Amino acid sequence: MKRFKTTKGMIGIVLLTLIALIAIFGPMVIPPDAATAMDMRARRAPPSLTHLFGTDQLGRDLLFRVILGTRTSLEIAVSAVLMSVILGLPLGLISGYFGKWIDNVLMRFVDTLLAFPALLLALTISAVLGPNIQNTIIAIGVAFTPYLARIIRGEALRVAQMPYVEAARSSGTTDAMIMWRHVLPNILPAVIVQATISLAFAILAEAGLSFLGLGTQPPAASWGLMIQASRDQLDIAPWTAVVPGLAVALTVLGLNMFGDVLRDILDPRSK
Amino acid sequence: MKDIVSVDHLRVEFATDGRTVVGVEDVSFTIAPGETLCVVGESGSGKSVTSLSLMRLVEFGGGTITAGSLNFERADGSTLDVAAAPSHVMGAVRGHEIGMIFQEPMTALNPVFTIERQLTDGLMLHKGLTQAAASARALELLQSVRIPEPERRLKQYPYELSGGMRQRVVIAMAMACDPKLLIADEPTTALDVTIQAEILALINRLKRENGMAVLFITHDMAVVAQMADRVVVMYRGRIVETGTVTQIFENPQEDYTKALLAAVPKLGEMKGKPAPEKMRLIGDEAARAAAAPAKARAPKVLLQVKNLTTRFPVKGGILRRTVAQVHAVEDVSFSLNVGETLALVGESGCGKSSCGRSILRLIEPTSGEVWIGGRDIRALDRTDLRRARADMQMVFQDPFASLNPYRRLKDQVAEPIQNFGLATGVELDALVLQLFDRVRLPRDFMNRYPHELSGGQRQRVAIARALAVNPKLIVADEAVSALDVSVQAQVLNLMMELQEDLGLSYLFISHDMAVVERVAHQVGVMYLGRIVEIGPRSAVFDSPQHPYTQSLLSAVPIADPRKRRFAEDLAFKPITSPIFPLGHQPAPSTYTEVTPGHFVLSL
Repeated sequence: MKRFKTTKGMIGIVLLTLIALIAIFGPMVIPPDAATAMDMRARRAPPSLTHLFGTDQLGRDLLFRVILGTRTSLEIAVSAVLMSVILGLPLGLISGYFGKWIDNVLMRFVDTLLAFPALLLALTISAVLGPNIQNTIIAIGVAFTPYLARIIRGEALRVAQMPYVEAARSSGTTDAMIMWRHVLPNILPAVIVQATISLAFAILAEAGLSFLGLGTQPPAASWGLMIQASRDQLDIAPWTAVVPGLAVALTVLGLNMFGDVLRDILDPRSK
Repeated sequence: MKDIVSVDHLRVEFATDGRTVVGVEDVSFTIAPGETLCVVGESGSGKSVTSLSLMRLVEFGGGTITAGSLNFERADGSTLDVAAAPSHVMGAVRGHEIGMIFQEPMTALNPVFTIERQLTDGLMLHKGLTQAAASARALELLQSVRIPEPERRLKQYPYELSGGMRQRVVIAMAMACDPKLLIADEPTTALDVTIQAEILALINRLKRENGMAVLFITHDMAVVAQMADRVVVMYRGRIVETGTVTQIFENPQEDYTKALLAAVPKLGEMKGKPAPEKMRLIGDEAARAAAAPAKARAPKVLLQVKNLTTRFPVKGGILRRTVAQVHAVEDVSFSLNVGETLALVGESGCGKSSCGRSILRLIEPTSGEVWIGGRDIRALDRTDLRRARADMQMVFQDPFASLNPYRRLKDQVAEPIQNFGLATGVELDALVLQLFDRVRLPRDFMNRYPHELSGGQRQRVAIARALAVNPKLIVADEAVSALDVSVQAQVLNLMMELQEDLGLSYLFISHDMAVVERVAHQVGVMYLGRIVEIGPRSAVFDSPQHPYTQSLLSAVPIADPRKRRFAEDLAFKPITSPIFPLGHQPAPSTYTEVTPGHFVLSL
């Protein structure tokens, strides 16, 4: 079991490092314009030696576009999830720990946000703020916050009832300290798991926004945008969907594996 | 007569983390028809693994029977080796020819099925009965386990039944197909003593009437003394000693058995002794001889509780309005002297824990006064209450849940000191070191995490944490109930030693009468939120006046096979509910003083 865990962790770390390297250095390494140059004679060309991953409906090289899209997609997804954690953590923690009327007020607010589909909410925010990367991040971040807040509240509620919290309270620990020292470390595994899952959804949410003209603006590339574009040519050029789809899948796989390992590292019981 | 079960050189292994752990090794025993064999041992001794192997359920927990045979005499006279039987044969044997009762009646029943469905499923499967016939038999079974109003119970769901009634249903399920062997794995551990007495008597009666063999797994030597014909003592997966119940109790051969028996407090053995006494521990003779007799102190009141009442709202309806109230603590008054122990005893739901928590204001009492050292705790605001907490600390029941799994032990012990800014830096480290020495924990445990410690060691950490701010009062809520007897004895001795040295007062909340008799100066018996009887330990134990105290004392099993109490089936006594409608004003508690200091609630 132990060995399997470390191999899994290694795969995760290697995958994520690779993806991070592509995101950071990719756009500098590929020839300028290579990802945006259209070649109308080679539209929807299947993978070949000239175009390793094939081309899209405008004859743009998919390999270069995937590389270019890595940075946009990850930047948006990671920032948005980070934002939803930063917003959702205090919301859920305070709600679950204090309970009573505070919980009622905060959770009714969260419920109101939950009443709108996440994408619709993100769409509205993005439309109001205007289409650019920062606003896409804010839109997705806010739209994902209620889900995280809900899960964190549930966990905080469970942990707040543990005897060690009562023990801390009975020995004069302040509420803020109890939340910081006792509740937070014990809910962190759940937050990590939820955050890694959210990342995948954030990549796709960005795609949705881009498709409606509110996320990434062409000719910039993002994985989501590419998947959306491939939608009506799946039968004639399946590679246009497979290539960015694979990129998303590998990222999520790496994140999940890394998340598991991170959770184990944080847990003293697994040492 | 031929033995129903003969286990021969059983060995069970568990594969974890790439290593093989031996669960039980070289275990052999036999059970004759109509005989009760008790397997007794502390946690991790392999007693449950042995019983699960007999059902071949052990493989569902990751175990493998790697050697030995488990021969079971089937109903048709053939002998089946359970270790080698194909799984479809085991499916026919389980629940049909071997019945099993589990420890936790709360989880042994499926919450989404009615009692009838739980009972009839097995009957229809194993006996091929029709729905109507199975229902009729289910009713019969409920009658045989003496559940009141059996017709109504059939249509109810598990959550509607009390713990004692659920365990009766579990027993009825085990008995459904007239098994030849009944396996009972700690069947009364989760139950109150009076209910335990009822269940033990019921198992005895069913055994007598049906001529079953019973394999009874327990950690409780007193229950062994009451139930067993023969006893198998297990330790770390091996059999230490086997013998008849009188042999084991009166003439144990092995040191481990002797130690186990010595650590068991026996109700009644403190008769005529004025002060609490430490537990006997084998190999601790010198320490005990050296211990000075308890110093006589001039009685000085530390804690005074007056008319304490705590009620919890019961919410109902769509608007979550308060529709009724649980009267958890009802007009409770008592006082506790410096350096003494007041034990609150009673069964689950009697309000003893709520009482302790109300005193510390971990839950807010509804009314009443709590005076500690001349200060009314109930009148304090948040800041003053936090400061006052330095005087009163708590030790909790579950040593696994009362320590934060993510923090180093030294940080957890240091936390109360930091909270009150009593020490920092090197001074703090030195204090924590002293505390670890004080509770006799090795110093290198300081940097460890809770999961690396055993239950007893964790409870010592919890005590060290409670001691950290030099409290005057420690509320010990079932502080030793989750521990094995030998560990329990050590922790109790530690607590008594600390009391002698530091002049601590304990509010000792417990359901275990034998332990209470050993440690308490004063005893308060609680029932339905009220103290029904309170007084010096000897007065309450030697001449109990209130009928509830009497029934409680008579239900405690005694660790002496010659004093059997549960031969006769006891009538089922339902417990009255402490839930009252809003606005209900119960009569105040009035007491009669029987002898000086010994008060009994007037009926």
